[in-house]
Amino acid sequence: MRIYLDHNATTPVRPEVVGAMADVLGAIHGNPSSVYEEGQAARARLEEGRAQVASLLAATPGDVRFTSGATEANNTLLLGLLSPGDHVVTTAIEHPSVTAPLEVLEARGVEVTRIAPDEHGCVAADEVIGGIRPETKLVSVIWANNETGALQPVEAIAAEAAARGILVHSDATQAVGKLAIDLSRVPLDFLSTSAHKLGGPKGAGALVVRGDRDVPAYLLGGGQEKGQRGGTENVAGLVGFGVACALAEAELEVRVERYAALRDRLWQGLQDKVGRVRWNGDPARALTNTLNVEFEGLAGEVLVQALDLEGVAVSAGAACHSGSIDPSKVLTAMGRTPEQARASLRLSVGHGLDEAAIDHAVGLFTTLVPRVRATEGA
Amino acid sequence: MTSASLESEASARGGRVVVAMSGGVDSSVAAAMLVEEGADAIGVTMKLSESESRCCSLEDAEDARRVAERLGIKFYVANYAEAFGREVIEAFADDYLAARTPIPCIACNKSFKFDHLLERARVFGADRVATGHFARLEHDPVTGAARLFRGRYRQKDQSYFLFPLTQEQLRAASFPVGQLTKGEVRDRARALGLGTAEKPESQEICFVPDGDYAKVVERLRPEATRLRGEIVDETGRVLGEHRGVHHFTVGQRHGLGISSDRRLYVLRIDPREQKVVVGGVEGLDCPRAEVDRVNWITGSAPGAPLRVRVQVRHRHEAARATVTPLSEGRASIAFEEPVRTVAPGQAAVFYDEASNEEVIGGGWLVRGDA
Repeated sequence: MRIYLDHNATTPVRPEVVGAMADVLGAIHGNPSSVYEEGQAARARLEEGRAQVASLLAATPGDVRFTSGATEANNTLLLGLLSPGDHVVTTAIEHPSVTAPLEVLEARGVEVTRIAPDEHGCVAADEVIGGIRPETKLVSVIWANNETGALQPVEAIAAEAAARGILVHSDATQAVGKLAIDLSRVPLDFLSTSAHKLGGPKGAGALVVRGDRDVPAYLLGGGQEKGQRGGTENVAGLVGFGVACALAEAELEVRVERYAALRDRLWQGLQDKVGRVRWNGDPARALTNTLNVEFEGLAGEVLVQALDLEGVAVSAGAACHSGSIDPSKVLTAMGRTPEQARASLRLSVGHGLDEAAIDHAVGLFTTLVPRVRATEGA
Repeated sequence: MTSASLESEASARGGRVVVAMSGGVDSSVAAAMLVEEGADAIGVTMKLSESESRCCSLEDAEDARRVAERLGIKFYVANYAEAFGREVIEAFADDYLAARTPIPCIACNKSFKFDHLLERARVFGADRVATGHFARLEHDPVTGAARLFRGRYRQKDQSYFLFPLTQEQLRAASFPVGQLTKGEVRDRARALGLGTAEKPESQEICFVPDGDYAKVVERLRPEATRLRGEIVDETGRVLGEHRGVHHFTVGQRHGLGISSDRRLYVLRIDPREQKVVVGGVEGLDCPRAEVDRVNWITGSAPGAPLRVRVQVRHRHEAARATVTPLSEGRASIAFEEPVRTVAPGQAAVFYDEASNEEVIGGGWLVRGDA
């Protein structure tokens, strides 16, 4: 039996999603741009998905522009919107799909202000707003950090920035489906999201572009997605995305509490049975499914491997960083030492787990952590 | 639940083994042979360098990963770059500056494959570490004591690089390809469809891919670029100048930067005086040598002088000699016939006199006496 505790890396695809996708792959072969019946059938399914995504976020379907995922959404927005001389305020705890394009833009003459988080991994809204200058074009703040789950005050930042006429973007990849996001109340201009973090397939996502905001095309071609993204749409994947969003909308309240119960049970078990553990973050200001924990005095890399051999999937830092030994930039930005960062694991719960699985995992941690601590580590 | 029973561990007790997979053909086949035996093999590539342009690079790790996928075994990268830099590469630079000719592969084998990796294997619930070395082991069925032998295929024998292993390490070691020839290893790799079947041998020290040792020394110890000294003959006559003793090893003939009517070899190097002594080839003949940090494979030194064969570098036909254990882990070696070129910093490995097959022990050459 495998116990999957890395739902922030990706999630198992929900059976309802698989069913809908299989249906599309088997029965709907048309190109959504075609005028005849087959095309119209595909278009209808695609737009149904778009409506489901919009509904989860309380956005207008017309604002949802499909992409291959959040990385593409972030690249589309940042590389399209910002020009030399522009200034952007962001945080020191963004996902690499935001930090990497910003580094490229910086080299081209875009100025970047990165606000550091507090020790719990949260930035202060007034510090972000304080970073705004006359030439500021955009504020971009991650909604919930992928490594710690730390929630950022995006709603307050958006309200303040909107009052100053500054565009606001949030990479909400980890937040969507794990907490309520109501774009009818938050004056956010752009939001990035991805299907595979909430029970949908990989390779589908969206950039939500509010109203008449203009974002230059990223992929040039047949003018799909309001001219912003050329290329025939990934119909099955986007239909799956829609179904995943519909499930999330229906289950959201239950899901948030269920995740919290499992995550808290895990944390309690680690404190009681393993000991010398420290929560990287503030439980009250984090996604309810995420627990980033330092196991004092061990090499996280070794513990990840030892747990895998016994059937438990966890990650040391973000999945994208595997193979690198650089300590997590997010944890070091929170003031952790490189040694503390290397001793930290990201545990994230989700669909398919129950109390018995959590207890079994705690038992394995209890056996393996002292063993890893007894080694010199890497 | 205070302590979980580790199901996979219990079912595979005695059968779980970590294979050090370099991404080369030898360790690929070693892994395949263990899988054929029914062992619960776990492939591990040790990442020893931060740089990705060297032998222990991502590309090799990816080769190893593909082999592991092909064999259907678990695979991990174990990152030891920091420790390797500290314990092996830095020591390498210091050795050169101290006029020794180091063999970092031996320290790497002992400290990384059989200290760090064995430690990790035990965390994984494995009790063995296997490598692709061409060497053989025999385990006494009663006492469990391990004996170390040359690889069956003498041209590729790597037992020289394993002499410092302790009994504990040898008992936990496994060298599956030690019985094979290189050709047989490649044949097996081809038959299994392993992508590494035709991969060329790695000859150089992994962190000195271009063979320019001095450059590595100067990168780590920039002050070495300022070293200057004299090249003198046996009588002390100055023949030329040099840019640091780290550019020389005992026995070196090329690159001395001096002209002479006879062939000159580096005979001795004095790091304190930054003096390089050169002379005719006969000056390299050593009837005696001394080693320190001696390891005896049985775990204890013999009580009396022992007739053995001694190999003073990797590609050296072991010479008959008598080795006499001294105090503090040292030993003296008296060769029957003088041995040409004994370079401090290299290893002298003792093999049994009769068959020249079994490793008795070995030590690090402190000096050879001409």
